[in-house]
Amino acid sequence: MSIALRNLGKRFGNFVALDNINLEIPTGELVALLGPSGSGKTTLLRIISGLETPDEGDVLYFGEDVTDQSARARNVGFVFQHYALFRHMTVFENVAFGLRVRRRKKDEIKKKVLELLKLVRLDSLEGRLPAQLSGGQRQRVALARALAIEPKVLLLDEPFGALDAKVRQELRQWLRRLHDEIHVTSVFVTHDQEEAFEVADRIVVMNQGKVEQIGSPQEIFEKPASQFVFDFLGNVNVFEGHISRGQASVGSFSVDYPHYTEDQTRPAMLYVRPHEFDIDKSSNGTSSFRAVVVRAHPVGSLARVRLVSLDFETPFDAEIHIERFMELSLKAGDTVYVAPKRVRVFTAESNVPDYSI
Amino acid sequence: MLLIVGCGKMGHEILAATLRSKRHLQEPWWVRWSLIVFTVAVMTVLIVIPVICVFVNAFADGPRTYWDRIINDQETLDSIRVTLTVAPIAVIMNIIFGVSAAWLIARFKFPGRSWLIALIDLPFAVSPVVVGLMLILLFGRRGFLGPWLIEHDLKIVFAIPGMILATAFVTLPFVVRELIPVMEALGSDEEVAAVSLGANAWQLFWRVTLPNIKWGLLYGIILCNARAMGEYGAVYVVSGRIPNETDTMPIRIEKLFQNYDMPGAFAVASILTLLALVTLGVKVILERRARREMELAKQMRETGTPV
Repeated sequence: MSIALRNLGKRFGNFVALDNINLEIPTGELVALLGPSGSGKTTLLRIISGLETPDEGDVLYFGEDVTDQSARARNVGFVFQHYALFRHMTVFENVAFGLRVRRRKKDEIKKKVLELLKLVRLDSLEGRLPAQLSGGQRQRVALARALAIEPKVLLLDEPFGALDAKVRQELRQWLRRLHDEIHVTSVFVTHDQEEAFEVADRIVVMNQGKVEQIGSPQEIFEKPASQFVFDFLGNVNVFEGHISRGQASVGSFSVDYPHYTEDQTRPAMLYVRPHEFDIDKSSNGTSSFRAVVVRAHPVGSLARVRLVSLDFETPFDAEIHIERFMELSLKAGDTVYVAPKRVRVFTAESNVPDYSI
Repeated sequence: MLLIVGCGKMGHEILAATLRSKRHLQEPWWVRWSLIVFTVAVMTVLIVIPVICVFVNAFADGPRTYWDRIINDQETLDSIRVTLTVAPIAVIMNIIFGVSAAWLIARFKFPGRSWLIALIDLPFAVSPVVVGLMLILLFGRRGFLGPWLIEHDLKIVFAIPGMILATAFVTLPFVVRELIPVMEALGSDEEVAAVSLGANAWQLFWRVTLPNIKWGLLYGIILCNARAMGEYGAVYVVSGRIPNETDTMPIRIEKLFQNYDMPGAFAVASILTLLALVTLGVKVILERRARREMELAKQMRETGTPV
């Protein structure tokens, strides 16, 4: 493990920014810290870099305790949210800075900087000032500057946050390819789940100073560990229902729920993702419910269908394959039977999903 | 898209309405014109005419006599030498103090910070004569540190060191005042970046901070220098006014004037005035650059992009 965090805690006055964080980041991985603002992800990144000190706990690099080492001694590359380029220096001098303060030889610096500028595809712009560059170009200068010191770890704070959507899209694919090329252990902070899913090998979902879930993008998407992760990932239908006698139900629809077999009825939330519905023209018993199509339109190879259930009147979204959509020839006003392929049940007591079919 | 277009149109209407109503808000023409005339008249009487008078009187007997009065008067030459010794040293002291104090105030939160900011302005509020008296009370023969100074054969009052201290005290706020807003606008982002790249404090200052504040700093230095050369009250008290030794240019002018040597007094005065005019010119240029520096800093920090 190249970075290990043990029982990290950090407070700002009464505000608990980080609460008992334990995390291990394997060598060469690209890890995303994902969470809403105020979840402690940037604080965590700054503690890993040494720009911030934890109140408790340890930071280990390659097994060595670096908690008391300064950012300077740790040799990390840090890319700042607003780039923090040196505005009075040219692109070349910005990238060379880390080498100049280390008193490297002139020709060695020149060789290294030109090599890096080529890597970030800015080799023709070495004489420009940061003010003469676009946002995307600046971000790449910031990255080259951080890589120049040959860091053990590369840390990026909301690296694409200040860019417009199109450039952001390009840059994150580029960052992924770059990482595949140079394989430096990297951690980046983002509040954009799409970004995390597209770029990272592994995602750490954070909320209120705690780690909610750690896993590959697929794991996080397939098996969200908590209600928070589910809500944060978004794009999910929530049905307010109840549980009793081994069943979780909403209206006439019910699924098996063996965790709770008592007679007393208790409230529960049923989570179903849009692509986890089957739509049919005929009923197949209690595992489906009746709904009316409000709107239906094809989007690429999928069709998005907005429905309202007839007996519990909750609007929800479903996504089905375009072929199925054509076959059913769905249009607004149609009455259909909807069968969830997978349901996750959350109760007030447990934040962890108890059941899924 | 439609919504945005709608908003834009509405924006135009509001703007047009504001412009129309602005006309009603403006003062009538005669109020505006009398204000302009009044301001110009005051400026002319108080500033423009006196400045012209200085030069007219200085050159009243022709340029040759003007030149003679300066170059062939040893006391005047010495006063120029003293001023050119005292002012630069006081300015250097205030550069060092100003940069450190501005850094401290802009970068750190500590108890007593607002007190320190208020204290820095004190020299603006205290009369220079009082400053001179304070220095005599502290360093004079019967002063607090007097006996110790005599014992070690150090002379501060009635000598150049005391005059430097007095000048530095009076001009202390100029550099700090100028730097605090620039450094606050600049933020610490670039400095943190430099630290993360391995720079030590010394490299950080010379390679990152100083280049970013240079116009603001130069502006502060120019103002500080102008005030230092012209300082009269505090220096008058601590200098002892020893001819050829502790007379500065302003004191020399006063002495010539008291001796009814008007052309001589105006000749020296013209040099000081000329310095002031040059300072003004440089100030205008630097001020523009310093403001740009600050605005650019703000934009870069807030958005990461310039305009």
